Amino acid sequence: MLKLTCPYCGIEADETELHGGGEAHLERAAGGAGDSELEQYLFIRSNPRGVHFERWHHIHGCGKWFHAARCTETMEVFGTYSAQTLRPPENTLSEIKRRRPNWVNA
Amino acid sequence: MKPRQKYSAFALVREAMRGHTGWPRAWNSPLPSKRYDVIVIGAGGHGLATAYYLGKNHQIRNVAVLEKGWLGGGNTGRNTTIIRSNYLQDASAAIYEKSRSLYEELSQQLNYNVMFSPRGVMMLAQTHHEARGYQRINNANIVQGVATEYISPEQVRELCPIISISGPRYPVLGALWQARGGTARHDAVAWGYARACSEMGMHIIEQCEVTSVRTEGGRVVGVETGKGSIECGKLAIVVAGHSGVVAERAGFRLPIESVALQALVSEPIKPCLDVVVMANTVHGYISQSDKGELVIGGGADQYNNYSQRGSFLHIEETVRALVETFPIISRLQMLRQWGGIVDMTGDRSPILSRTPVEGVYINCGWGTGGFKAIPGSGWAMAELVANDQPGALAASFGLERFREGRFIDESVAAGVAH
Repeated sequence: MLKLTCPYCGIEADETELHGGGEAHLERAAGGAGDSELEQYLFIRSNPRGVHFERWHHIHGCGKWFHAARCTETMEVFGTYSAQTLRPPENTLSEIKRRRPNWVNA
Repeated sequence: MKPRQKYSAFALVREAMRGHTGWPRAWNSPLPSKRYDVIVIGAGGHGLATAYYLGKNHQIRNVAVLEKGWLGGGNTGRNTTIIRSNYLQDASAAIYEKSRSLYEELSQQLNYNVMFSPRGVMMLAQTHHEARGYQRINNANIVQGVATEYISPEQVRELCPIISISGPRYPVLGALWQARGGTARHDAVAWGYARACSEMGMHIIEQCEVTSVRTEGGRVVGVETGKGSIECGKLAIVVAGHSGVVAERAGFRLPIESVALQALVSEPIKPCLDVVVMANTVHGYISQSDKGELVIGGGADQYNNYSQRGSFLHIEETVRALVETFPIISRLQMLRQWGGIVDMTGDRSPILSRTPVEGVYINCGWGTGGFKAIPGSGWAMAELVANDQPGALAASFGLERFREGRFIDESVAAGVAH
Protein backbone atom coordinates (compact mmCIF):
# COMPACT_ATOMS: atom_id res chain seq x y z
CA MET A 1 0.00 0.00 0.00
CA LEU A 2 1.19 3.47 -0.87
CA LYS A 3 2.09 5.56 2.18
CA LEU A 4 2.67 9.30 2.16
CA THR A 5 3.65 11.56 5.03
CA CYS A 6 1.38 14.55 5.27
CA PRO A 7 3.64 17.60 5.55
CA TYR A 8 1.04 19.44 7.66
CA CYS A 9 0.07 16.97 10.40
CA GLY A 10 3.15 14.77 10.08
CA ILE A 11 1.18 11.54 9.92
CA GLU A 12 2.40 8.75 7.65
CA ALA A 13 -0.93 8.08 5.99
CA ASP A 14 -2.03 4.97 4.07
CA GLU A 15 -3.56 5.67 0.68
CA THR A 16 -6.97 4.75 2.11
CA GLU A 17 -6.70 7.92 4.17
CA LEU A 18 -5.85 10.03 1.14
CA HIS A 19 -7.44 11.10 -2.09
CA GLY A 20 -5.36 11.63 -5.23
CA GLY A 21 -5.67 14.98 -6.95
CA GLY A 22 -3.66 14.43 -10.12
CA GLU A 23 -0.68 16.27 -11.54
CA ALA A 24 0.72 19.18 -9.52
CA HIS A 25 2.10 22.58 -10.54
CA LEU A 26 -0.27 23.04 -13.46
CA GLU A 27 -0.52 26.63 -14.47
CA ARG A 28 -4.10 27.77 -14.16
CA ALA A 29 -5.51 29.25 -17.36
CA ALA A 30 -6.16 32.91 -16.63
CA GLY A 31 -9.42 34.71 -17.32
CA GLY A 32 -9.81 35.36 -21.03
CA ALA A 33 -7.63 32.38 -21.87
CA GLY A 34 -8.22 30.80 -25.26
CA ASP A 35 -9.35 27.25 -26.01
CA SER A 36 -5.80 25.95 -26.31
CA GLU A 37 -4.72 27.29 -22.91
CA LEU A 38 -7.84 25.85 -21.31
CA GLU A 39 -7.21 22.52 -22.99
CA GLN A 40 -3.64 22.53 -21.62
CA TYR A 41 -4.81 23.36 -18.14
CA LEU A 42 -7.80 21.04 -17.97
CA PHE A 43 -6.77 17.98 -19.94
CA ILE A 44 -3.20 17.74 -21.20
CA ARG A 45 -0.96 15.90 -18.74
CA SER A 46 2.72 15.01 -18.68
CA ASN A 47 1.85 11.48 -17.47
CA PRO A 48 5.52 10.45 -17.18
CA ARG A 49 6.89 7.00 -16.61
CA GLY A 50 9.16 8.04 -13.78
CA VAL A 51 9.25 11.13 -11.58
CA HIS A 52 5.80 12.62 -11.11
CA PHE A 53 4.72 15.61 -9.04
CA GLU A 54 1.18 15.25 -7.80
CA ARG A 55 -1.46 16.64 -5.49
CA TRP A 56 -2.96 14.71 -2.61
CA HIS A 57 -5.79 15.46 -0.23
CA HIS A 58 -5.47 14.18 3.34
CA ILE A 59 -9.20 13.64 3.23
CA HIS A 60 -9.64 11.29 6.20
CA GLY A 61 -7.05 13.13 8.27
CA CYS A 62 -6.24 16.78 8.70
CA GLY A 63 -8.16 17.69 5.54
CA LYS A 64 -5.28 19.62 3.95
CA TRP A 65 -4.05 19.40 0.35
CA PHE A 66 -0.34 18.72 -0.14
CA HIS A 67 2.14 17.77 -2.85
CA ALA A 68 4.17 14.61 -3.36
CA ALA A 69 7.04 13.64 -5.66
CA ARG A 70 6.78 9.98 -6.58
CA CYS A 71 8.09 7.56 -9.17
CA THR A 72 5.25 6.08 -11.23
CA GLU A 73 7.42 3.15 -12.26
CA THR A 74 8.77 1.97 -8.91
CA MET A 75 6.31 3.67 -6.49
CA GLU A 76 9.24 5.26 -4.62
CA VAL A 77 8.31 8.44 -2.81
CA PHE A 78 10.96 11.18 -3.05
CA GLY A 79 9.24 13.50 -0.65
CA THR A 80 6.06 15.36 0.24
CA TYR A 81 5.78 19.11 0.61
CA SER A 82 3.43 21.99 1.16
CA ALA A 83 0.79 22.92 -1.40
CA GLN A 84 1.67 26.60 -0.93
CA THR A 85 4.35 26.57 -3.59
CA LEU A 86 4.53 26.85 -7.35
CA ARG A 87 7.49 24.50 -7.73
CA PRO A 88 9.03 21.60 -5.85
CA PRO A 89 11.36 22.65 -3.00
CA GLU A 90 15.14 22.26 -3.35
CA ASN A 91 15.46 19.39 -0.88
CA THR A 92 12.92 17.33 -2.81
CA LEU A 93 14.62 18.12 -6.12
CA SER A 94 18.05 17.17 -4.76
CA GLU A 95 16.64 13.94 -3.35
CA ILE A 96 15.25 13.11 -6.82
CA LYS A 97 18.59 13.97 -8.47
CA ARG A 98 20.45 11.85 -5.92
CA ARG A 99 18.32 8.81 -6.77
CA ARG A 100 17.74 9.58 -10.47
CA PRO A 101 20.97 11.21 -11.74
CA ASN A 102 19.71 11.31 -15.35
CA TRP A 103 16.38 12.87 -14.55
CA VAL A 104 15.55 16.13 -16.33
CA ASN A 105 12.78 18.31 -14.96
CA ALA A 106 10.45 18.86 -17.93
CA MET B 1 7.26 -19.75 -43.81
CA LYS B 2 5.02 -22.50 -45.07
CA PRO B 3 1.70 -21.29 -46.47
CA ARG B 4 -0.98 -20.88 -43.88
CA GLN B 5 -2.77 -24.05 -43.07
CA LYS B 6 -6.51 -23.72 -42.73
CA TYR B 7 -7.61 -24.80 -39.28
CA SER B 8 -10.43 -27.32 -39.55
CA ALA B 9 -11.63 -30.61 -38.14
CA PHE B 10 -10.03 -32.29 -41.15
CA ALA B 11 -6.66 -30.63 -40.46
CA LEU B 12 -6.88 -31.73 -36.84
CA VAL B 13 -7.48 -35.37 -37.83
CA ARG B 14 -4.68 -35.27 -40.42
CA GLU B 15 -2.23 -33.85 -37.92
CA ALA B 16 -3.29 -36.36 -35.30
CA MET B 17 -2.34 -39.10 -37.76
CA ARG B 18 1.20 -37.73 -38.12
CA GLY B 19 1.94 -36.77 -34.57
CA HIS B 20 1.15 -33.07 -34.98
CA THR B 21 4.39 -32.45 -36.82
CA GLY B 22 2.90 -30.52 -39.72
CA TRP B 23 1.50 -27.41 -38.02
CA PRO B 24 3.28 -24.29 -39.26
CA ARG B 25 3.94 -21.37 -36.93
CA ALA B 26 0.86 -19.19 -36.52
CA TRP B 27 2.81 -16.08 -37.52
CA ASN B 28 6.34 -15.45 -38.72
CA SER B 29 8.89 -13.29 -36.92
CA PRO B 30 11.13 -11.70 -39.55
CA LEU B 31 13.84 -9.10 -39.09
CA PRO B 32 12.63 -5.60 -39.92
CA SER B 33 12.79 -4.43 -43.55
CA LYS B 34 14.23 -1.03 -44.42
CA ARG B 35 10.89 0.62 -45.07
CA TYR B 36 7.17 0.01 -44.61
CA ASP B 37 4.16 1.95 -45.88
CA VAL B 38 2.68 1.81 -42.39
CA ILE B 39 4.26 0.98 -39.04
CA VAL B 40 1.91 0.14 -36.20
CA ILE B 41 3.48 0.47 -32.74
CA GLY B 42 1.96 -2.05 -30.35
CA ALA B 43 1.11 -5.70 -31.05
CA GLY B 44 -1.85 -5.89 -28.71
CA GLY B 45 -5.37 -6.50 -29.91
CA HIS B 46 -5.95 -2.94 -31.11
CA GLY B 47 -2.63 -2.67 -32.99
CA LEU B 48 -3.01 -6.04 -34.68
CA ALA B 49 -6.65 -5.33 -35.58
CA THR B 50 -5.53 -2.01 -37.07
CA ALA B 51 -2.97 -3.81 -39.22
CA TYR B 52 -5.46 -6.54 -40.18
CA TYR B 53 -8.13 -4.11 -41.42
CA LEU B 54 -5.49 -1.99 -43.20
CA GLY B 55 -4.74 -5.09 -45.24
CA LYS B 56 -8.23 -6.46 -45.53
CA ASN B 57 -10.31 -3.31 -46.08
CA HIS B 58 -7.73 -0.98 -47.63
CA GLN B 59 -5.25 -3.32 -49.37
CA ILE B 60 -2.30 -1.76 -47.53
CA ARG B 61 -0.11 -4.77 -46.82
CA ASN B 62 3.43 -3.44 -46.57
CA VAL B 63 2.90 -3.09 -42.85
CA ALA B 64 4.98 -3.83 -39.75
CA VAL B 65 3.63 -4.20 -36.23
CA LEU B 66 6.37 -3.40 -33.69
CA GLU B 67 6.05 -4.66 -30.15
CA LYS B 68 8.21 -3.72 -27.17
CA GLY B 69 7.51 -6.94 -25.27
CA TRP B 70 5.67 -9.98 -26.54
CA LEU B 71 2.54 -10.20 -28.63
CA GLY B 72 -0.63 -9.65 -26.61
CA GLY B 73 1.35 -9.29 -23.38
CA GLY B 74 -0.09 -5.98 -22.26
CA ASN B 75 -3.71 -5.20 -21.56
CA THR B 76 -4.86 -7.68 -24.21
CA GLY B 77 -3.75 -10.48 -21.92
CA ARG B 78 -4.80 -8.76 -18.69
CA ASN B 79 -8.46 -7.86 -19.07
CA THR B 80 -11.60 -9.67 -17.95
CA THR B 81 -12.70 -10.32 -21.58
CA ILE B 82 -16.12 -8.69 -21.33
CA ILE B 83 -17.81 -7.65 -24.58
CA ARG B 84 -20.81 -5.31 -24.58
CA SER B 85 -21.98 -2.18 -26.38
CA ASN B 86 -24.60 -0.67 -24.06
CA TYR B 87 -23.23 2.88 -24.01
CA LEU B 88 -25.14 6.11 -23.64
CA GLN B 89 -23.67 8.44 -26.25
CA ASP B 90 -24.37 7.82 -29.94
CA ALA B 91 -20.73 7.90 -31.01
CA SER B 92 -19.77 5.31 -28.38
CA ALA B 93 -22.73 3.04 -29.12
CA ALA B 94 -21.83 3.12 -32.83
CA ILE B 95 -18.20 2.05 -32.45
CA TYR B 96 -18.78 -0.46 -29.62
CA GLU B 97 -21.74 -2.03 -31.41
CA LYS B 98 -19.70 -2.27 -34.62
CA SER B 99 -17.07 -4.02 -32.55
CA ARG B 100 -19.52 -6.37 -30.87
CA SER B 101 -21.06 -7.31 -34.19
CA LEU B 102 -17.61 -8.00 -35.66
CA TYR B 103 -16.90 -10.32 -32.72
CA GLU B 104 -19.95 -12.38 -33.73
CA GLU B 105 -18.19 -13.59 -36.88
CA LEU B 106 -14.56 -13.06 -35.93
CA SER B 107 -13.71 -16.76 -35.55
CA GLN B 108 -14.95 -17.47 -39.08
CA GLN B 109 -13.27 -14.34 -40.48
CA LEU B 110 -9.89 -15.17 -38.98
CA ASN B 111 -10.22 -18.96 -39.19
CA TYR B 112 -9.17 -18.89 -35.54
CA ASN B 113 -11.42 -19.79 -32.66
CA VAL B 114 -11.66 -16.68 -30.47
CA MET B 115 -14.31 -18.44 -28.38
CA PHE B 116 -16.79 -15.59 -28.57
CA SER B 117 -19.50 -16.53 -26.12
CA PRO B 118 -22.54 -14.23 -26.28
CA ARG B 119 -23.80 -15.41 -22.93
CA GLY B 120 -25.37 -12.09 -21.99
CA VAL B 121 -24.10 -9.21 -19.87
CA MET B 122 -26.08 -7.71 -17.03
CA MET B 123 -25.19 -4.46 -15.30
CA LEU B 124 -26.80 -4.44 -11.88
CA ALA B 125 -28.64 -1.36 -10.66
CA GLN B 126 -27.92 -1.27 -6.94
CA THR B 127 -28.92 2.31 -6.17
CA HIS B 128 -31.92 4.32 -7.34
CA HIS B 129 -29.57 6.67 -9.13
CA GLU B 130 -28.05 3.77 -11.01
CA ALA B 131 -31.48 2.31 -11.85
CA ARG B 132 -32.52 5.59 -13.46
CA GLY B 133 -29.18 5.81 -15.26
CA TYR B 134 -29.59 2.36 -16.79
CA GLN B 135 -33.19 3.05 -17.83
CA ARG B 136 -31.85 6.11 -19.60
CA ILE B 137 -29.13 4.08 -21.33
CA ASN B 138 -31.73 1.49 -22.31
CA ASN B 139 -33.84 4.23 -23.90
CA ALA B 140 -30.81 5.57 -25.75
CA ASN B 141 -29.90 2.04 -26.92
CA ILE B 142 -33.38 1.55 -28.37
CA VAL B 143 -32.94 4.67 -30.47
CA GLN B 144 -29.38 3.65 -31.45
CA GLY B 145 -30.45 0.16 -32.49
CA VAL B 146 -28.44 -1.60 -29.77
CA ALA B 147 -30.43 -4.51 -28.36
CA THR B 148 -30.65 -4.06 -24.59
CA GLU B 149 -33.47 -4.24 -22.10
CA TYR B 150 -34.03 -3.11 -18.56
CA ILE B 151 -34.98 -6.13 -16.48
CA SER B 152 -36.56 -6.61 -13.06
CA PRO B 153 -34.92 -8.17 -9.98
CA GLU B 154 -36.99 -11.32 -10.59
CA GLN B 155 -35.54 -11.64 -14.09
CA VAL B 156 -32.07 -11.07 -12.64
CA ARG B 157 -32.64 -13.93 -10.22
CA GLU B 158 -33.85 -16.17 -13.01
CA LEU B 159 -30.76 -15.46 -15.15
CA CYS B 160 -28.37 -15.65 -12.24
CA PRO B 161 -29.68 -17.64 -9.28
CA ILE B 162 -26.56 -17.12 -7.13
CA ILE B 163 -27.16 -13.38 -6.74
CA SER B 164 -28.47 -12.16 -3.42
CA ILE B 165 -31.23 -9.83 -4.59
CA SER B 166 -32.30 -8.33 -1.31
CA GLY B 167 -29.15 -6.65 -0.11
CA PRO B 168 -29.21 -5.43 2.62
CA ARG B 169 -26.50 -2.98 1.69
CA TYR B 170 -26.62 -3.28 -2.10
CA PRO B 171 -30.08 -4.60 -3.06
CA VAL B 172 -30.57 -5.41 -6.74
CA LEU B 173 -33.22 -3.03 -8.06
CA GLY B 174 -33.00 -4.14 -11.67
CA ALA B 175 -30.39 -4.51 -14.39
CA LEU B 176 -29.46 -3.42 -17.87
CA TRP B 177 -29.34 -6.65 -19.87
CA GLN B 178 -27.59 -7.13 -23.19
CA ALA B 179 -28.34 -10.66 -24.36
CA ARG B 180 -25.75 -10.62 -27.17
CA GLY B 181 -22.94 -9.34 -25.01
CA GLY B 182 -20.55 -11.84 -23.48
CA THR B 183 -16.90 -12.84 -23.41
CA ALA B 184 -14.17 -14.10 -25.74
CA ARG B 185 -10.75 -15.67 -25.30
CA HIS B 186 -8.52 -12.59 -25.06
CA ASP B 187 -5.22 -14.18 -26.15
CA ALA B 188 -6.91 -15.87 -29.08
CA VAL B 189 -8.11 -12.51 -30.39
CA ALA B 190 -4.51 -11.26 -30.55
CA TRP B 191 -3.18 -14.55 -31.92
CA GLY B 192 -5.94 -14.81 -34.53
CA TYR B 193 -5.32 -11.29 -35.82
CA ALA B 194 -1.55 -11.88 -35.79
CA ARG B 195 -1.90 -15.04 -37.82
CA ALA B 196 -4.15 -13.33 -40.36
CA CYS B 197 -1.77 -10.34 -40.61
CA SER B 198 1.18 -12.62 -41.13
CA GLU B 199 -0.75 -14.44 -43.84
CA MET B 200 -1.14 -11.14 -45.68
CA GLY B 201 2.65 -10.73 -45.61
CA MET B 202 2.82 -8.23 -42.78
CA HIS B 203 5.76 -8.28 -40.38
CA ILE B 204 5.14 -8.74 -36.66
CA ILE B 205 8.33 -7.85 -34.83
CA GLU B 206 8.43 -8.52 -31.11
CA GLN B 207 10.98 -7.25 -28.58
CA CYS B 208 11.46 -4.16 -30.71
CA GLU B 209 10.91 -1.01 -28.69
CA VAL B 210 10.52 2.27 -30.54
CA THR B 211 12.99 4.64 -28.88
CA SER B 212 12.35 7.73 -31.00
CA VAL B 213 10.28 8.96 -33.91
CA ARG B 214 12.11 10.65 -36.80
CA THR B 215 10.43 13.55 -38.56
CA GLU B 216 11.36 15.85 -41.44
CA GLY B 217 9.55 19.14 -41.87
CA GLY B 218 6.83 18.11 -39.42
CA ARG B 219 6.21 14.81 -41.16
CA VAL B 220 7.11 11.35 -39.91
CA VAL B 221 9.81 9.54 -41.90
CA GLY B 222 10.68 6.65 -39.63
CA VAL B 223 11.42 5.29 -36.20
CA GLU B 224 14.51 4.29 -34.25
CA THR B 225 14.11 0.95 -32.56
CA GLY B 226 16.05 -1.58 -30.53
CA LYS B 227 16.48 -3.43 -33.83
CA GLY B 228 17.72 -0.45 -35.83
CA SER B 229 16.29 2.36 -37.86
CA ILE B 230 13.12 1.71 -39.90
CA GLU B 231 11.56 4.08 -42.43
CA CYS B 232 7.82 4.46 -42.79
CA GLY B 233 5.20 6.38 -44.73
CA LYS B 234 2.73 6.50 -41.87
CA LEU B 235 2.92 5.65 -38.20
CA ALA B 236 0.08 4.42 -36.00
CA ILE B 237 0.62 4.55 -32.23
CA VAL B 238 -1.59 1.95 -30.54
CA VAL B 239 0.02 1.36 -27.15
CA ALA B 240 -2.71 1.91 -24.51
CA GLY B 241 -1.11 2.61 -21.13
CA HIS B 242 2.19 3.78 -22.63
CA SER B 243 0.59 6.21 -25.10
CA GLY B 244 1.96 9.19 -23.20
CA VAL B 245 5.49 7.79 -23.27
CA VAL B 246 5.44 7.09 -27.02
CA ALA B 247 3.67 10.40 -27.81
CA GLU B 248 6.43 12.21 -25.91
CA ARG B 249 8.97 10.49 -28.20
CA ALA B 250 6.98 11.74 -31.18
CA GLY B 251 6.96 15.25 -29.70
CA PHE B 252 3.45 15.85 -28.39
CA ARG B 253 1.42 15.39 -25.23
CA LEU B 254 -1.95 13.77 -24.68
CA PRO B 255 -5.00 14.33 -22.48
CA ILE B 256 -4.28 10.97 -20.87
CA GLU B 257 -3.29 9.64 -17.47
CA SER B 258 -2.11 6.08 -16.96
CA VAL B 259 -3.33 4.15 -13.94
CA ALA B 260 -3.36 0.53 -12.79
CA LEU B 261 -6.48 -1.59 -13.10
CA GLN B 262 -6.57 -5.00 -11.46
CA ALA B 263 -8.22 -8.34 -11.97
CA LEU B 264 -8.10 -11.69 -10.25
CA VAL B 265 -9.32 -15.25 -10.72
CA SER B 266 -10.53 -17.81 -8.22
CA GLU B 267 -9.83 -21.51 -8.04
CA PRO B 268 -11.96 -23.43 -10.56
CA ILE B 269 -15.40 -24.52 -9.42
CA LYS B 270 -18.38 -26.23 -11.03
CA PRO B 271 -20.48 -24.13 -13.42
CA CYS B 272 -22.57 -21.70 -11.39
CA LEU B 273 -22.67 -18.52 -13.43
CA ASP B 274 -23.49 -18.51 -17.15
CA VAL B 275 -23.80 -14.76 -17.67
CA VAL B 276 -21.47 -11.80 -17.09
CA VAL B 277 -22.44 -9.67 -14.12
CA MET B 278 -21.17 -6.14 -13.63
CA ALA B 279 -21.82 -4.34 -10.37
CA ASN B 280 -20.63 -0.81 -11.02
CA THR B 281 -21.67 0.75 -7.73
CA VAL B 282 -19.34 -1.56 -5.87
CA HIS B 283 -16.70 -1.84 -8.64
CA GLY B 284 -16.93 -5.55 -9.23
CA TYR B 285 -17.26 -7.54 -12.45
CA ILE B 286 -17.60 -11.29 -12.49
CA SER B 287 -17.95 -14.12 -14.98
CA GLN B 288 -17.01 -17.78 -15.04
CA SER B 289 -14.38 -19.00 -17.47
CA ASP B 290 -14.64 -22.26 -19.38
CA LYS B 291 -12.10 -23.69 -16.93
CA GLY B 292 -14.46 -22.88 -14.07
CA GLU B 293 -12.49 -20.03 -12.54
CA LEU B 294 -14.43 -16.95 -11.53
CA VAL B 295 -12.87 -14.03 -13.37
CA ILE B 296 -13.16 -10.86 -11.33
CA GLY B 297 -12.36 -7.30 -12.31
CA GLY B 298 -12.02 -4.44 -9.89
CA GLY B 299 -11.74 -0.67 -9.79
CA ALA B 300 -8.86 1.47 -11.03
CA ASP B 301 -6.28 3.04 -8.74
CA GLN B 302 -6.51 6.75 -8.09
CA TYR B 303 -2.93 7.69 -8.98
CA ASN B 304 -0.62 7.46 -11.99
CA ASN B 305 1.15 4.15 -12.17
CA TYR B 306 3.20 2.23 -14.75
CA SER B 307 4.16 -0.68 -12.53
CA GLN B 308 1.46 -3.20 -13.62
CA ARG B 309 0.77 -3.81 -9.94
CA GLY B 310 -2.17 -2.21 -8.23
CA SER B 311 -3.18 -1.39 -4.68
CA PHE B 312 -4.25 -4.22 -2.46
CA LEU B 313 -7.10 -2.17 -1.07
CA HIS B 314 -8.91 -2.28 -4.42
CA ILE B 315 -8.88 -6.07 -4.40
CA GLU B 316 -10.22 -6.03 -0.88
CA GLU B 317 -12.97 -3.58 -1.81
CA THR B 318 -13.99 -5.54 -4.89
CA VAL B 319 -14.03 -8.89 -3.16
CA ARG B 320 -15.85 -7.53 -0.13
CA ALA B 321 -18.63 -6.14 -2.29
CA LEU B 322 -18.89 -9.23 -4.48
CA VAL B 323 -19.13 -11.54 -1.48
CA GLU B 324 -22.12 -9.56 -0.35
CA THR B 325 -23.79 -9.82 -3.76
CA PHE B 326 -22.71 -13.46 -4.33
CA PRO B 327 -22.64 -15.07 -0.87
CA ILE B 328 -21.66 -18.50 -2.27
CA ILE B 329 -18.21 -17.27 -3.26
CA SER B 330 -17.26 -16.30 0.29
CA ARG B 331 -14.99 -19.30 0.88
CA LEU B 332 -13.37 -19.42 -2.55
CA GLN B 333 -9.63 -19.00 -2.71
CA MET B 334 -8.15 -16.63 -5.22
CA LEU B 335 -5.47 -18.08 -7.48
CA ARG B 336 -3.95 -15.16 -9.32
CA GLN B 337 -4.07 -11.40 -9.30
CA TRP B 338 -2.53 -8.96 -11.76
CA GLY B 339 -2.65 -5.40 -12.99
CA GLY B 340 -2.66 -3.64 -16.34
CA ILE B 341 -1.90 -0.01 -17.13
CA VAL B 342 -4.93 1.71 -18.59
CA ASP B 343 -4.97 5.06 -20.39
CA MET B 344 -7.72 7.28 -19.04
CA THR B 345 -9.06 10.35 -20.83
CA GLY B 346 -11.02 13.15 -19.23
CA ASP B 347 -14.34 12.06 -20.74
CA ARG B 348 -13.62 8.31 -20.46
CA SER B 349 -13.93 7.95 -24.23
CA PRO B 350 -11.18 6.84 -26.59
CA ILE B 351 -9.04 8.88 -28.96
CA LEU B 352 -8.72 7.90 -32.62
CA SER B 353 -7.03 10.82 -34.21
CA ARG B 354 -4.51 12.51 -36.38
CA THR B 355 -1.78 14.16 -34.31
CA PRO B 356 0.34 17.33 -34.49
CA VAL B 357 2.92 15.30 -36.45
CA GLU B 358 1.86 14.70 -40.04
CA GLY B 359 1.54 11.01 -40.87
CA VAL B 360 1.32 10.00 -37.20
CA TYR B 361 -2.02 8.67 -35.96
CA ILE B 362 -2.96 7.64 -32.47
CA ASN B 363 -5.46 5.16 -31.11
CA CYS B 364 -5.62 5.25 -27.31
CA GLY B 365 -7.71 6.23 -24.32
CA TRP B 366 -9.80 3.06 -24.22
CA GLY B 367 -9.21 3.14 -20.49
CA THR B 368 -10.64 0.23 -18.58
CA GLY B 369 -12.79 -1.13 -21.40
CA GLY B 370 -10.62 -1.70 -24.44
CA PHE B 371 -10.96 -5.42 -25.03
CA LYS B 372 -14.56 -5.24 -26.20
CA ALA B 373 -13.58 -2.58 -28.69
CA ILE B 374 -10.71 -4.37 -30.45
CA PRO B 375 -12.36 -5.21 -33.81
CA GLY B 376 -14.26 -1.92 -34.11
CA SER B 377 -11.25 0.10 -33.02
CA GLY B 378 -9.02 -1.62 -35.57
CA TRP B 379 -11.65 -1.13 -38.27
CA ALA B 380 -11.99 2.60 -37.56
CA MET B 381 -8.25 3.15 -37.07
CA ALA B 382 -7.41 1.44 -40.37
CA GLU B 383 -9.89 3.75 -42.11
CA LEU B 384 -8.26 6.78 -40.48
CA VAL B 385 -4.71 5.73 -41.37
CA ALA B 386 -5.54 4.67 -44.92
CA ASN B 387 -7.50 7.79 -45.86
CA ASP B 388 -5.73 10.32 -43.61
CA GLN B 389 -9.29 11.13 -42.64
CA PRO B 390 -11.51 9.57 -39.98
CA GLY B 391 -14.56 7.68 -41.18
CA ALA B 392 -17.97 7.87 -39.53
CA LEU B 393 -16.94 5.62 -36.64
CA ALA B 394 -13.86 7.60 -35.60
CA ALA B 395 -15.03 11.10 -36.52
CA SER B 396 -16.18 12.08 -33.03
CA PHE B 397 -13.11 10.71 -31.28
CA GLY B 398 -10.50 13.24 -32.48
CA LEU B 399 -7.98 14.87 -30.15
CA GLU B 400 -9.46 18.28 -30.96
CA ARG B 401 -12.59 17.50 -28.98
CA PHE B 402 -10.80 18.46 -25.75
CA ARG B 403 -9.96 21.89 -27.13
CA GLU B 404 -13.41 22.38 -28.63
CA GLY B 405 -15.35 21.03 -25.66
CA ARG B 406 -17.17 18.37 -27.67
CA PHE B 407 -16.80 15.61 -25.09
CA ILE B 408 -18.28 12.17 -25.47
CA ASP B 409 -19.01 11.95 -21.82
CA GLU B 410 -19.35 8.34 -20.74
CA SER B 411 -17.93 8.90 -17.26
CA VAL B 412 -21.11 10.45 -15.97
CA ALA B 413 -23.22 7.94 -17.86
CA ALA B 414 -21.94 4.93 -15.94
CA GLY B 415 -20.83 6.64 -12.76
CA VAL B 416 -17.58 4.66 -12.81
CA ALA B 417 -14.47 4.22 -14.84
CA HIS B 418 -15.13 1.71 -17.57
